[in-house]
Amino acid sequence: MKRLALVILVIAPIVISESCKREERAYRIQPPDAEVADAVPVTSFQVGPSTQAATMPSNPYENNAYALTEGQRLFNAMNCVGCHFHGGGGIGPPLMDSTWIYGGEPAQIFDTIIRGRPNGMPSFRNHLQDSQAWMIVAYVRSLSGNANPNAAPGRDDNMNGPIPPASIKKQPATQSSQPPSTVMPS
Amino acid sequence: MKTLRGQLSALLLLMLAGCAGNHQSALDPHGAQAYTIHHLFQLFFWVTLVIYVLVLLAVLYVIVRRRREEPAALVAEIPTAQSEKRSTVTVGALVVLTIVILFVLLVFDFSAGRTIAALRENSDVQIKITGHQWWWEATYEDPVAHQEMTTANEFHIPVGSVVRFDLESHDVIHSFWVPELHGKKDLIPGHPTSVWLKADKPGTYEGQCAEFCGAQHAHMRFLVIAEPRDKYNAWLDHARQPAPEPVFENEKHGKQVFMGSTCVMCHAIAGTSAGAGLGPDLTHVAGRLSLAAGTIPNNPGHLAGWIIDPQRIKPGVIMPQHNIPPKDLRDLLAYLETLK
Amino acid sequence: MTVPQTTFGSPEALMRDADLAQLHETWSRPRGLWGWLVTTNHKDIAERYIVTAFIFFILAGILAVIMRIQLAVPENHFVGPDLYNQIFTVHGTTMMFLFAVPIMEAFALYLVPLMVGTRNVAFPRLNAFGYFTYLAGGLQLWGALLANTGPDTGWFAYVPLSGPAFAPGKRVDVWADMVTTTEISALVGAVEIIVTVFKQRAVGMSLNRIPVYVWAMVVTSFMIIFAMPAVMTASGFLPMDRMPHVNTHFFNPAEGGDALLYQHVFWFFGHPEVYIIFIPATGFVSTIITTFSRRPIFGYIPIILSLIATGFIGFGLWVHHMFATPVPNLGQSFFTAASMMIAIPAGVQIFCWIATLWGGKPVLKMPLVWVLGFIALFVLGGLTGIMLASIPIDLQVHDTYFVVAHFHYVLIGGAVFPLFGAVYYWFPKMTGRMMSEKLGLWHFWLFFIGFNMTFFPMHLLGLHGMTRRIYTYLPETGWGMLNHIASSGALFMGLGVLVFLYNALVSMRRGEVAGENPWGAATLEWTTTSPPPKYNYALLPTVRGRYPLWENFAQTPLVSGLSTDKREVLSTSILDAQPEHRYEIGTDSILPLLMGIVTGIFFVVLVFTPWIVPICAGGWFVVMAIWFWIGTGQPQEKHKAHEYHEPRSPGEPGLSLGSDANPSPQT
Repeated sequence: MKRLALVILVIAPIVISESCKREERAYRIQPPDAEVADAVPVTSFQVGPSTQAATMPSNPYENNAYALTEGQRLFNAMNCVGCHFHGGGGIGPPLMDSTWIYGGEPAQIFDTIIRGRPNGMPSFRNHLQDSQAWMIVAYVRSLSGNANPNAAPGRDDNMNGPIPPASIKKQPATQSSQPPSTVMPS
Repeated sequence: MKTLRGQLSALLLLMLAGCAGNHQSALDPHGAQAYTIHHLFQLFFWVTLVIYVLVLLAVLYVIVRRRREEPAALVAEIPTAQSEKRSTVTVGALVVLTIVILFVLLVFDFSAGRTIAALRENSDVQIKITGHQWWWEATYEDPVAHQEMTTANEFHIPVGSVVRFDLESHDVIHSFWVPELHGKKDLIPGHPTSVWLKADKPGTYEGQCAEFCGAQHAHMRFLVIAEPRDKYNAWLDHARQPAPEPVFENEKHGKQVFMGSTCVMCHAIAGTSAGAGLGPDLTHVAGRLSLAAGTIPNNPGHLAGWIIDPQRIKPGVIMPQHNIPPKDLRDLLAYLETLK
Repeated sequence: MTVPQTTFGSPEALMRDADLAQLHETWSRPRGLWGWLVTTNHKDIAERYIVTAFIFFILAGILAVIMRIQLAVPENHFVGPDLYNQIFTVHGTTMMFLFAVPIMEAFALYLVPLMVGTRNVAFPRLNAFGYFTYLAGGLQLWGALLANTGPDTGWFAYVPLSGPAFAPGKRVDVWADMVTTTEISALVGAVEIIVTVFKQRAVGMSLNRIPVYVWAMVVTSFMIIFAMPAVMTASGFLPMDRMPHVNTHFFNPAEGGDALLYQHVFWFFGHPEVYIIFIPATGFVSTIITTFSRRPIFGYIPIILSLIATGFIGFGLWVHHMFATPVPNLGQSFFTAASMMIAIPAGVQIFCWIATLWGGKPVLKMPLVWVLGFIALFVLGGLTGIMLASIPIDLQVHDTYFVVAHFHYVLIGGAVFPLFGAVYYWFPKMTGRMMSEKLGLWHFWLFFIGFNMTFFPMHLLGLHGMTRRIYTYLPETGWGMLNHIASSGALFMGLGVLVFLYNALVSMRRGEVAGENPWGAATLEWTTTSPPPKYNYALLPTVRGRYPLWENFAQTPLVSGLSTDKREVLSTSILDAQPEHRYEIGTDSILPLLMGIVTGIFFVVLVFTPWIVPICAGGWFVVMAIWFWIGTGQPQEKHKAHEYHEPRSPGEPGLSLGSDANPSPQT
């Protein structure tokens, strides 16, 4: 009996704290520093031995259910769907696969959104608050299954289209792909 | 209101209404439908009050005239059929009376329902209301396309005319309710519907969302401003105009701040390139009485606070916090103040 | 071999000491914690339900106090909107699903077997399982609230707000799953009561001799069986819409679903639910009025018919919760008529009660005081209900504090007041001691005055435009003063409940010792000791009228000859309660607990993944296979030695109800 109580006392706080973080509605927030530009490498393809720092700012909204749903709302409202559709890609590259041209880490995606990228990704600097961008980052990662399925959004109230993020199988995000031109023909 | 009883009841209920001091009381009707409902309510109120008092008196009588002994000491008796007969007749009569009263109330109720339904006239003023989390979008419909006008949270209507509100929801279920004009109607996604209002006196009538719609359901209010027909027409003509170009330097800079920041991503200002429909239309925001769906008064101080930190006033609202440098903020406010 | 026979007089004096001791032994449970986990005694289980339900009542009451503090002044910052939304949702869900229905079922599970003169409910192990399922649902909800995962979309959780697009996270899934869990336990209770009442009544207790309270519980149980599946449908479809990998579209208008469908399915349950809570309370009232008027209830048949009518009509009212929706007006009008019509049976009952008091000799003890409070408050609530039945009026007061006032008057006034009366009335039977009358009066007046202070102003608030489920309001609305009064009243109500708890806990130890029948009541449970022995009656009673103790009970035959070494009850016919056969019921077993654990795990994990369905199906299969294999705990061969048979002529061994002058000797 005592052992059972002990087990419960140990497990309960872990479960509760995980659940609290997942369900928290962070209405008023302090996102991490927005100036990540210089700190974020967009490719692991380097000259010589690897010297760039491995640490990047993390997304405070990772696995927060409210942020993921707001991210979904913003993804639609800011017309990300206009180029990326619901992750399948079209004019823009797909977001639901494991290939990330400019890196699939949260800080790299944030950088992509805020600064834009060549060949068509617009810059949203000043047109999106950092908190909004981080929420979109969290949602974008959920499109490739890289979000806790308990927090990821379910189906939306539209016609049946994309697989809801909570049902997507996880695609590990590779940091970046090598540009095709650097691959030696076999 | 011609009888003494009618006047007394109106007086009593108005006294109760006076306690509120707001313009949101169903006991203070100012519209045809609300009057009908109010009269029906008075009937129900007085009938049920009399019934209630009689029941209480009966119970009081029984208790007051009882003998005072211990229960076990009082021998239980099975009463005779004779003594039960009088009770049977009385209870039977009361049941019949209950049925009759209920039937009478039902008839009056149906009659009031028909009176209200008869007020669904064709109207030249048709307003499409779309409920959002947590604000109200209104489009004043017009057969001439370029005369359609979109606004938010404050709706002007002409006094004495029936106005049709077409109700739709953009996200979850809301409910459109102006107590002093009419009962409420739910806005359900997938079930567009209509409600007809008619204000009999000029005034500013407050409304509130009456179906729980999320974190800020408490602050989803709106105003219906009834004006004489000529003032209404003047307002409508003005509202159809696009926003004027800013004149002074700080206003122009303010417009640049608006276009260069997150504002333009969600809000529309007619006459500029800002055309987003995610948030309320701001073309004539300076002419409104309140902001944030009836939550805060419309003055520069409140507007500044709302822009910088809407989450403090309405935590959970979709509008994010902003980090605008003070000079930019002042110029932005100057520009917004030109949007009358 | 013992043969069923009749005997008269005090049961204990008539049985041999050895037989009585064996009977005691057979019906006892094992000692210690193990005994607590395996017991299938209906009184043990009912006591558990009562304690647990009262704990939930207090927890939900604390939430209500928090709400009232937040609303006491405009623009208060006591709790934020997110927490407030969780609080009012969990308050409503707890009160409706974890307190109101379970406590009524709990009292029924305790009293009905005693009142009909049998030893236990028909399916004792199922009864035990019902409790564990209920406990699992309650722990799920409150555990979730503590983990910030409390549901926050209202106790009725309308879609699309509670759908996958607008309710992020797992909060609503917790709500839906715990609703399904607790409704399983409600169905279990309903099944128990119906079968026990129909098949295990005392010999001679024909349908028109069944106590009014038992009739009320039968009607309630049938309502539960028809209503609960509807809410389980709603609370089944909703998580299916939300769940990953399932992703149905029941309520998605873009794919052919309908948000209104949810409302219809929910309220088809939701309206009968309030009658499920109210009808047992009318049973309490009828019983207490009978006892404390010192005369039989006036209009037994009309009251029974009113109960049945209420049960039927109650299923035809649900659209009155939806008058503001775009449901066609003509259809809505039918529901107006039905909603007014249901006042007729309610009125019949009230007139009969007043006639009983009028034609009797009322004794003003605590149970009757609570019943008088009930009449004052329930009639008021019922009359505001008549107002709400009218569509135009409802369109003004729907979803405002007027409705909050109405339903608290009918639920607290109409159910909690009789419940408190029932507690004071049956506490002596359950514990053997009387509750303090003085403390009871303090409890009553604090609660009554506090209740009216809290909820009467809400009528006015609603008429002045204050909508429901708002965590704050603007000062300009002018609602501050009435809200302040309401919040102060909540304090008095809380104090009243504290006095009640003190009274109950202290009286259990030091209350005046009650005898078998301190109130001089008429029904069968007052013929046995206080508290009743595990087997309820050493020799089962028979009845010859509606009010056995007022109709010369000492001369009424008793049934003897049921086994003392097995748990046996007497099964009788449905209409006239003539003896049919002896029936062995289940013994103590750990299987209900195991089943409850599997069920609890199922519903908790279902929040997160649908894969638990096949896993727990396996678990259920295993437990149920063992359960049914064991049967009633005895291998079949032993039954043959104790076959019951009808006597072919007087004097032959068999169950016979002999005359007063000629008791048959025991063999």
